[in-house]
Amino acid sequence: MNKVIKIENQFRVIRVALSIAIALAIAFLIISFVSNDPLFTMYNFIIGPFTSINRIGNIIEVMTPLLFTAVGVCIMYSANQINMASEGAFFLGGVATAYIAVTYSIPAGLHPVVAILAGGIVGAFICGIPALMYVKFKALPVVSSLMINYVCLYLGLFIINYIIRDPEAGYMASYKFIKTAVLPDLFSRTNVHFGLIIGLAIVFIGYLYLMKSKWGYSIRMIGKNPNFAKYSGINVPAVIIGCQLLGGFIAGIGGAVEQLGMYTRFQYQKLPGHGFDGVMIAILARYNPKYVPLAAFFLAYIRVGADVMARTSDVPVEIVSIIQAVIIIFVASERFLEGWKLKKIVKSTKEAFVEEEDNAVKEA
Amino acid sequence: MNNVKDEYILSMENITKIYGNGFMANKNVNLRVKKGEIHALIGENGAGKSTLMKVLFGQEQPEEGKIIYKGKEVKITNPLVALDHGIGMVHQHFMLAPSLTVAENMVLGIEPKNKGFFDYAEAVRLTSEVSKKYNLPIDPNAKVKDLPVGYKQRVEILKILLRGVDVLILDEPTAVLTPQETDELFVQLRELRKQGYTIIFISHKLKEVKSLCDNLTVLRNGRVTGIASVADLSEQDISRLMVGRDVSLTIEKDSPKTKKTVLKVRNLTYKNSDNKALVSNVSFSIREGEILGIAGVEGNGQREISALITGLEEKQSGDIYLFDEEISSQSIRKLREKGVSHISEDRMTFGTVADASVEENLISDRFYKKEFNKNGLLDAKKIADLSNKLIKEYLVKCDSKNAEIKTLSGGNIQKVVAAREFSANPKLIIANQPTRGIDVGASEFIRKKLISLRDKGSAVLLISADLTEVITVSDSLLVMNEGKIVAYFDDTNDLTEETVGEYMLGIKHQTAEEIGGCCYE
Repeated sequence: MNKVIKIENQFRVIRVALSIAIALAIAFLIISFVSNDPLFTMYNFIIGPFTSINRIGNIIEVMTPLLFTAVGVCIMYSANQINMASEGAFFLGGVATAYIAVTYSIPAGLHPVVAILAGGIVGAFICGIPALMYVKFKALPVVSSLMINYVCLYLGLFIINYIIRDPEAGYMASYKFIKTAVLPDLFSRTNVHFGLIIGLAIVFIGYLYLMKSKWGYSIRMIGKNPNFAKYSGINVPAVIIGCQLLGGFIAGIGGAVEQLGMYTRFQYQKLPGHGFDGVMIAILARYNPKYVPLAAFFLAYIRVGADVMARTSDVPVEIVSIIQAVIIIFVASERFLEGWKLKKIVKSTKEAFVEEEDNAVKEA
Repeated sequence: MNNVKDEYILSMENITKIYGNGFMANKNVNLRVKKGEIHALIGENGAGKSTLMKVLFGQEQPEEGKIIYKGKEVKITNPLVALDHGIGMVHQHFMLAPSLTVAENMVLGIEPKNKGFFDYAEAVRLTSEVSKKYNLPIDPNAKVKDLPVGYKQRVEILKILLRGVDVLILDEPTAVLTPQETDELFVQLRELRKQGYTIIFISHKLKEVKSLCDNLTVLRNGRVTGIASVADLSEQDISRLMVGRDVSLTIEKDSPKTKKTVLKVRNLTYKNSDNKALVSNVSFSIREGEILGIAGVEGNGQREISALITGLEEKQSGDIYLFDEEISSQSIRKLREKGVSHISEDRMTFGTVADASVEENLISDRFYKKEFNKNGLLDAKKIADLSNKLIKEYLVKCDSKNAEIKTLSGGNIQKVVAAREFSANPKLIIANQPTRGIDVGASEFIRKKLISLRDKGSAVLLISADLTEVITVSDSLLVMNEGKIVAYFDDTNDLTEETVGEYMLGIKHQTAEEIGGCCYE
């Protein structure tokens, strides 16, 4: 039986690797049709992101907000709660933070803390609504959470465009954040900011919480078999609500950190998509926060690669969407490579059986 | 040579089946069945009987081997192909639509049509015809959900006869029947044999095999360990072939030393969403050091009683006291902390998480306690110590504490459940079908553990559809029929299965006073 577990683990890795390979192959295929100089284009796509400090910095910048939303999703989805509201939580969390960052003057060290906490609390509230609706009314979180994202978007835009809009900005945006609220950059020549540290801390704490603590244990057992959890004495509704509040809180913090680290004023006019990206990364990481940085880095890398490619060659940035879609489809397909896996399991079982028979004969 | 071939209507040769989790359910199995015989396929649960029959009925595809039917090799790729060939199967769990009538169920998939519409009258006629032909009376217009179990089974048998089969596979047909219903089924099966039908009878009950079957094939661990004529073997011989060693069919235990009353159930009534009373006005008590059994055909309120006591279902009316404290409004965690342990009848739905490790399954009732936590995280070392200790003490066969539950056999999964529940220092154990579907060795182990816990002072409620088990293990016994208690025996020593069977069927009924013997303060 040990062999079977080994084969299953092998196949998890093979599946991800193969999915990525297939996706890249498809991307290259398309590039070679579209581009006049496919080799140069591909070079920019694959190697481009690593050719300057600035571009490497870009990868880290793109990756930072994803760390938050993905860890939040890992926690919610481990309880098998398919909550998509981390998108809204990220957005509205950012709005709340912007509000605090432009209206209140608070001493330097404290200002970002208050602003980020405000973002977290708003985020928790957003993801908590579908959770509560599920526990109380059995409304499926997939549906209700997707709807809530739009409420978040338009509520946020209302606040930005009517309450804290800076009429002198020249475009739809809030007032400038007060200096005391802004998160410092970590390295010169890049925009990599202190949020990266917070993000990595969240990954580490999220990992301990979900995989090593009693709360994480409850969440994972509920996700795998809620009947068992109830029978064992775990308060299932409380944990289901709790883990979504926490997931939303982390997404909200992510929105806050992104605002204070990357921007000088709130200027989103649509949902940025980082919450949905979080879902994708969490799936790639198999809901284990430990693998989130790797998955987030990969996604950020192909995004930056596509960006470099679009700027330096004749292929548009949209190619990335194709790659993402293909990877996720294959990774999420439970049955992908199943036949091959089954064959290997059958073979190894048969070998073990023959060996067992031989030993029995020898003993006799 | 030709003659030998003709003699067997069906032969399965060198069948090997490996499941996706690496479990080898059949290892080079041969099965040869003669025309017109009742052939017993016996073995413990998990020996591979059901898998072999699923292969024959086309529900599973074998990795190796071939099936020769009526002298020709056949490929049975799905159940419809099997039916086309004339092979039909009655599953252990009935495949009937409960809200439809008998006639509607009978013609499911082969509905007679009249101008494109379903011809119900014709369905009724077909049903009556086949029922008369085989002398198995049934009311075609009755709703299946209103039928007693024995009749549901009859519908299943008639259903495959209607499809014109020659070979009937019956998967543990007596598991859900009372002794009386079993006798009746056997009469029907002998009648079918007389008419030339071939029957494959799957069972692990030796008495039944001895009384009904002509030849037998014994499976153990996926291998054939014996092929013989039933007349040539004694029950002891067969059981040795099944288990691989001599098993004592009796259980030794001292007479109970009862003390304080632990559990009092009073006037418990529970209705389902159709307002049908699944449990009606049930009262009983259990003392320390006593095993109270509940016998009854499954689905007569036992599941609900255990769910109500253990807090899985919300109480509707009546009272449940644990040491004189009303407990029905308390959380499951509180109940467990007060010493209520629960072996659920469905170990894969409630008892375990298939995708979690043995260790994770062992700690589910205590992981939150101080002793298993350190610095805000679970104390991995203490938990590992506990898991390794329990795995050893309960003889759980697994690669390690980190093996996923789904890689274990049924018996070992149940041992994991027992290890958790019995090690929680229980005052009251609700054991619902604790040995269902597991091998003889594991069953014996769990029964002995129950008795030793009772000797240490635990109160045990043993709910079981296995009459032999519930009579031999229990000190006193309740019998349930349709949600009511119909009999109470304060001593199980001289009780026979036949007596209990009569009450289970609802043929006999004790007076309220006699039943009241089971209630004390």
